Amino acid sequence: MTRFLKAAGYAVGLPAILLTAWWFGSASSTDPFWPPLSTIIETFPTTWTWDRIVADVFPSLARLGIGFGIAVVLGIVLGTAIGLSPTLRALSEPVLEFFRAVPPPVLVPIIALFAGYTGWLGKIITIALGCLWPILLNTVEGVRGLEPVLGDTARSYHLSRWRRLVFVVLPGASPRIFTGARQALSIGVILMVISELFGANRGLGAAIVQFQRSFAIPQMWTGVILLGLIGVLLAAVFKVVENRMLAWYLGQRQIERGE
Amino acid sequence: MSITTHLTSRLKSDAPAAAPQDQAVALDLRAVQKTYDTPGRPQVEAIRHLDFSVRKGELVCVVGPSGAGKTTLLRSIAGLLDLTAGEVVLDGNVVTGPPQGMAVVFQEYGRSLFPWMTVRQNVELPLKEKGLDRAARRDKVNRALEEVGLTEAADQHPWQLSGGMQQRVAIARAIAFEPTVLLMDEPFAAVDAQTRAELEDLVRSLWKHLGVTVLFVTHDIDEAVYLGERVIVLSNRPTVLMEDVNVDLPVERDQLTTRSHPRFGELRGHVYSLIQRAKRGDRPDAPMPDARGAAGA
Repeated sequence: MTRFLKAAGYAVGLPAILLTAWWFGSASSTDPFWPPLSTIIETFPTTWTWDRIVADVFPSLARLGIGFGIAVVLGIVLGTAIGLSPTLRALSEPVLEFFRAVPPPVLVPIIALFAGYTGWLGKIITIALGCLWPILLNTVEGVRGLEPVLGDTARSYHLSRWRRLVFVVLPGASPRIFTGARQALSIGVILMVISELFGANRGLGAAIVQFQRSFAIPQMWTGVILLGLIGVLLAAVFKVVENRMLAWYLGQRQIERGE
Repeated sequence: MSITTHLTSRLKSDAPAAAPQDQAVALDLRAVQKTYDTPGRPQVEAIRHLDFSVRKGELVCVVGPSGAGKTTLLRSIAGLLDLTAGEVVLDGNVVTGPPQGMAVVFQEYGRSLFPWMTVRQNVELPLKEKGLDRAARRDKVNRALEEVGLTEAADQHPWQLSGGMQQRVAIARAIAFEPTVLLMDEPFAAVDAQTRAELEDLVRSLWKHLGVTVLFVTHDIDEAVYLGERVIVLSNRPTVLMEDVNVDLPVERDQLTTRSHPRFGELRGHVYSLIQRAKRGDRPDAPMPDARGAAGA
């Protein structure tokens, strides 16, 4: 119990200090671009009403979810295929390195040309493409790095291709897949916002831009804070899923390190 | 006598069909040769020529000096490695890939068990592949775990267990598979001495009441003599057969009485001197030093 309180104290401590500093530092501010934190917090409930959350936040999160989901499925499927086949790896390596080096936001205007600025499609493609690379490349490494003795064991017990994939290859690669997915999630949140900055009319990112353009500065700040809170929430959900699915890995590592 | 059988087997191998020789032979190595020849790497001749067979229900140990290609030999028999020449015959069938009816216990127990599965799931997975229904699988898994004394640990993960217990899981998985031949590659090399003695007795008792053929590779001379009905001593690399030693100790073996048996001491001494000779590079196929000099001149 005390350990839990201590952990909770550490987790909340620094944000509390920062918020206090912001609160007092901005208390007497008259600069319209730096409104006092008290003003921002007062504005929050009136800005983010249920109607607005349904209209702006949910669609953004839905697009993030769809794009991220596509990237996870595609990344694991392609990554496993590339990881298992030396031929495929030799063929695809230079191309993968090239695409990885292209910053995903650059793709926004290009994708918009094909898929449109305002619809869902362009935004989902942007998010999915940006999230794909870290998952794909980590899956390739995870599959390649599988313990050879496990491969021998699977072969000597005649495990079918399908069983080898489901019971040996994918679980063995899963720690790396999760590493890739965690990177992809933060890229996804960034792309969720960026994809709405150009010409979108609804969505969290679009709302922030509209507040800024109409000089609703405290409202703009509430949008930024909400975005941060969503980021924290997504990371927490991810952690819960990871702890569940990688329990064996985390437990094994703990024992190996003698903790 | 051995020369004649050797010759006839050579002659027979020219016959069109791989004549299923002696029904009592489980595993037959015929002129096995393995050279690692990876492009861009120096060629390594690991096994030059190995000819031996294991009868059904026999427990045979293979020892050799370190670097004698023991693991290469075992992986070849397991069908995990392609031979350069010769063939391995299991139950009358030439081994070309991992054969049916063979189970392998690897040296690296920590890395041959699936850490994401529980002990039960590890033992059960090969049985799923065999197409057994849930009840039959459950039954076989329970029996195998009972054999190795791990019933309590069934729902734990391998990494929660000690090294000796992990190797018991690997053994349970192998016996649940009900192989005709069980291959063991230095399975106890990484466990402490006490655990090792327990596991040796476990292998002896499983072998006796399951009637499985066991080929046990080890670098430990005492272990080889204690466990085996025969000990096959390998030369240094490139490997040939040094000697096929018959272990005429009583079938009932016991860590205390067997190891203090005078015959155990003699056999141990004999195998030890063979290994020492092998280490010095003394090999049955080597030409006399002066003969080599003459050939070079």
